Amino acid sequence: MAGAASWSFSENDFKQIQQHLLAFLRDSNARCALLVDRTGQLVATVGDAPQFDSAAFASLTAADFSANDQLAKMIGEHEFASLVHQGQKESMFLADVAKRVILVVLFDQRTTLGLVKLKGKGAVESLTKIFEEMFNRVGAGPGGQAGPGGTPQKGLLEGAEDEIDKLFG
Amino acid sequence: MSMINYASREINCKLVYYGPGLGGKTTNLEHIYGKVSPNTRGKMISLATETERTLFFDFLPVDLGTIRGFKTRFHLYTVPGQVYYNASRKLILKGVDGIVFVADSQIERMEANVESMQNLYDNMSEYGYDLTRIPFAIQYNKRDLPNAAPVKDLQASLNPGWPVEDAGQQKVVPDPAHPGENLVDRVSNEWIGHAPYLEAVAVRGDGVFDTLKLVSKMVLKTLS
Repeated sequence: MAGAASWSFSENDFKQIQQHLLAFLRDSNARCALLVDRTGQLVATVGDAPQFDSAAFASLTAADFSANDQLAKMIGEHEFASLVHQGQKESMFLADVAKRVILVVLFDQRTTLGLVKLKGKGAVESLTKIFEEMFNRVGAGPGGQAGPGGTPQKGLLEGAEDEIDKLFG
Repeated sequence: MSMINYASREINCKLVYYGPGLGGKTTNLEHIYGKVSPNTRGKMISLATETERTLFFDFLPVDLGTIRGFKTRFHLYTVPGQVYYNASRKLILKGVDGIVFVADSQIERMEANVESMQNLYDNMSEYGYDLTRIPFAIQYNKRDLPNAAPVKDLQASLNPGWPVEDAGQQKVVPDPAHPGENLVDRVSNEWIGHAPYLEAVAVRGDGVFDTLKLVSKMVLKTLS
């Protein structure tokens, strides 16, 4: 492999993800759910809009999760599939989705960690299914059509060299 | 691992600044943070020790413009340069789209540069990434210092080249930034490729944006 593989998701994928996350928030009474990919890119946010810088938050989440992955290996565990950071008022629950994405749930005293974990398990299962389908479609464009170069990105920026040159003056 | 979000019409890419400790990686990001309009960049996050040495990483998101209606957002990361922090340094490389190696030009730091470059190759290959096939550039920093080694010596140690085996790429490619030099060249019957390089004085901002532009352009071109 030359470098890391790229991936993309369509508006349909996004809608499905949103629906699952909204149902999860309703069932768990958590405030907000974010999906962050393992490289630190924010994929989706549902629920109360975060009051913090979500790009920075996403990069720290990925670093936190990766560091804990390594810690797990050092003590002989394959992984820590979920993590909890509990504060006095605000808490976070993080869970792995399909080994590529992290579900981050922000919740407060209106719910309990037990309920978030319980409902989170179902949400992780349905999200895992969606993401696995998305990753299995590698080579398919947003409408499910293969791009000319085999990846949707090739279709997207093909012939855009002039635009790229212009962008950098 | 670039991510294309068709819902928010964004292309997200990850650039990592690598290199030996105190070489100027954080200084590169600080200069970009200071010069780019606040509308087009996010908050800079630094996970550093009390003495301002990078502990885990620095992070700065920057929007570089719009292509085909997609906002191109680059996430810039630095790694901790100190040898001791290899475990966390390796984590930052996960999913990288492009790399800038910030070398310290001072003669006394030659060994540290070579060690860091070797560490970069090793960490990349552990992820299964091939450094010769992803966007990669070398920045020779601190060119203003009196003890800076000549660029040709730095090139010989850090950028000696790799064999180009793909027949389609076996043609002379001139280096646009250095007239008379080639990025791909034939040397005694063998095709050799080199990473593009730039000279910089990051503390003054010289060469910082040229480096960012060079590598981000290379990353976008891999998508076209």
